[in-house]
Amino acid sequence: MTSQPRVITLRIDDREISAREDETILQVARDNGIFIPTLCCLEGLSNWSACRLCLVEVNGASRLVASCGARVTQDMVVKTETPNILAHRKMILELLFSERNHVCSVCVANGHCELQHLAQRCGVDHVRLPYRYPELPLDLSHDLFRLDPNRCIVCTRCVRACDEIEGAHTWDVMGRGIDCQVITDLKTPWGASESCTSCGKCVHVCPTGALSQHGTATAEVHRHREFLPYLTQMRGEHD
Amino acid sequence: MPTEELIALKTKADQECRKHRICVCAAASCQSIGADLVLKALATALAESGRAADVELRAVGCIGLCSAGPLVRVENEEQSTLYREVGPGDANELVGSVEAAPVERLRIDTTAPFFARQQRIVLENCGTVRPENIEDYVAAGGYEALCRAITEMTPAEVISELTASGLRGRGGGGYPTGLKWQTVAKSADGTKFVVCNADEGDPGAFMDRSVLESDPHRVLEGMTIAAYAVGASHGYVYVRAEYPLAIARLKTAIRQAKAANLLGQNVAGSRFEFSIDIRLGAGAFVCGEETALLASIEGRRGQPRPRPPYPAERGLYGRPTLINNVETFANIAPIIQRGGAWFASIGTERSKGTKVFALAGQIKNTGLIEVPMGISLREIVESIGGGVPSGGRIKAVQTGGPSGGCIPNDQLDISVDYDSLQKVGSIMGSGGMIVMDETSNMVEVARYFMEFSMSESCGKCAPCRIGNYQMHELLCKLLAGKAAAADLTLLEELTFTVGETSLCGLGQNAPNPIKSTLRYYRHEYEALLSASCAAEEVAQ
Repeated sequence: MTSQPRVITLRIDDREISAREDETILQVARDNGIFIPTLCCLEGLSNWSACRLCLVEVNGASRLVASCGARVTQDMVVKTETPNILAHRKMILELLFSERNHVCSVCVANGHCELQHLAQRCGVDHVRLPYRYPELPLDLSHDLFRLDPNRCIVCTRCVRACDEIEGAHTWDVMGRGIDCQVITDLKTPWGASESCTSCGKCVHVCPTGALSQHGTATAEVHRHREFLPYLTQMRGEHD
Repeated sequence: MPTEELIALKTKADQECRKHRICVCAAASCQSIGADLVLKALATALAESGRAADVELRAVGCIGLCSAGPLVRVENEEQSTLYREVGPGDANELVGSVEAAPVERLRIDTTAPFFARQQRIVLENCGTVRPENIEDYVAAGGYEALCRAITEMTPAEVISELTASGLRGRGGGGYPTGLKWQTVAKSADGTKFVVCNADEGDPGAFMDRSVLESDPHRVLEGMTIAAYAVGASHGYVYVRAEYPLAIARLKTAIRQAKAANLLGQNVAGSRFEFSIDIRLGAGAFVCGEETALLASIEGRRGQPRPRPPYPAERGLYGRPTLINNVETFANIAPIIQRGGAWFASIGTERSKGTKVFALAGQIKNTGLIEVPMGISLREIVESIGGGVPSGGRIKAVQTGGPSGGCIPNDQLDISVDYDSLQKVGSIMGSGGMIVMDETSNMVEVARYFMEFSMSESCGKCAPCRIGNYQMHELLCKLLAGKAAAADLTLLEELTFTVGETSLCGLGQNAPNPIKSTLRYYRHEYEALLSASCAAEEVAQ
């Protein structure tokens, strides 16, 4: 006999809201039209909690809480937009822009990029930090798709989609810290990958211009996300 | 009640006991400066003197005063003499000093604060037992606590004793140990694990290494008592690969404990079973973080995950897992033997017991000490440590490694306990204590620790991965005299974001050295700015 999750009430930004106790703060906020930025999160993929953009203030918690993974509880009091949180969001976005070569005007994802969209939404109009400008080699070996690591924010959506949905686990992360990169197989060229099924899911879950289809030029990337609602159904119980 | 095996081991130790003993420190530090050669020379000298029948020569663990190594102790029931910087050429003289006058030119005054002011609980066997001989550990009272716990106490009573002791995690977090054990004990029934975090990664810290090299059975006993208390059947010691001597001694100890029925099935003749395996690290500081450590044991990439859920609820392979530091486990047997109340009588209100510190940097007596919580920091560095070798003034003391902060000279009178250290902007950390004199550039100190944190960041979360890099770049810019006031403001904002938004303790604490040096040495940062502005003026 499975028990139904209880319905509880909580406050988000001074609004009294009801929710199921198995929902995350992020899900409940979005269901109620409250904006919380995310980049590594994608419904249907396991929780990663690494972009740190979704942090919110919760009464009684000593630190900011990642709303993508935290479940709601009865009488929880959440604030999503304190001055601190807004400052942190901007700084994290600026850090992401400075890490690699995010130059929108010449990027294939210009106008269709979640990083760009969030920057606009969160009021980032300039980056205070010096750009690193790493010169990471592109992987153009696959006949359908390409990887430009200079646009990658290491959100690992591609890793999780390929591992958890397609089951191929072609993508993973190599290296540590500022040197970490997403790679195919054991750093073999994508075109020579033995595990890749060419399903393209990674391309369509990528938030930036890192993964795209061959032939798309500046601003031409279009994501086909029609399959995304099925992600949750494709997997069984997951946390 | 001791088991037959324990009684047999104790008898063996008593039988082997001779009237006199010469102990040579064979821990990593002394070994690196020739302790092996000293041991060989002493063996030869002893054989030639014809005194081998009543003088035992033994290789022991860390005696503590590493700066004076190789260390040798000559002792019998009535007296003990400690010798410094012993060379193979001194062997005959030392053998000759048995039951005769000591060799004055090499003798260390053991009434000095370095020895007199210590209270050795964790380190009580270090430097006396042979690390690879379980009978020495048993003769010193080892495994009595385990037998007592299993045969005379319930798991709940064991936890109760732990809670009464007030012991807090010695790895740096300071989390109440009894509470953690209770949480694991109360977690879902079924398979549970006990994990020992021996991935000591702070630069300059070697407390755990010394305990593992010098008295490994102590740690195993602590883990086994813990397993009994929380209901675990399997344990792991996660040791960093850079500690080969510790790994070897642990392996030997595990084998010996199994042979004596103190590990494996039917521990100490009871129905309780517990086995321990070793897992090696592979060079990542981040794997000292508990969730990254567990991922590493599982064969996955050593990256932390968000908590809750905590390992006590969902840990290794999703099972309830108790994870504690080496030094924490080393405190367990004495607490069970002498009682939680005894332990709580040492230290301060909220920081009970003792703490092992590794003294390093500009200090005369570098090495390992164990002192009661509540002692003043000044007494540690000036009295016990002997102050700066050149006789100069101590500028600051750094505690807590890359997660800690610098405490300036005028704050050195604070009590060494978890709360007081936090109040002045540092942390207890795992026990690394680096003394700095007036030649230290505090901005460079901050840069050094940030370089470490930057290179050890796992890369999972954006603030730590990129923020550490950018903070390091700014510090380099400052040190090169190229920074403007706006850069200093930016640096401070970065310390704020990285500290508040990082996913795990590494990122959350990486800005601490910068924050702490800005708090007490802002003028040093600003002086670097002035140099840059002045240069521009000259250019114009």
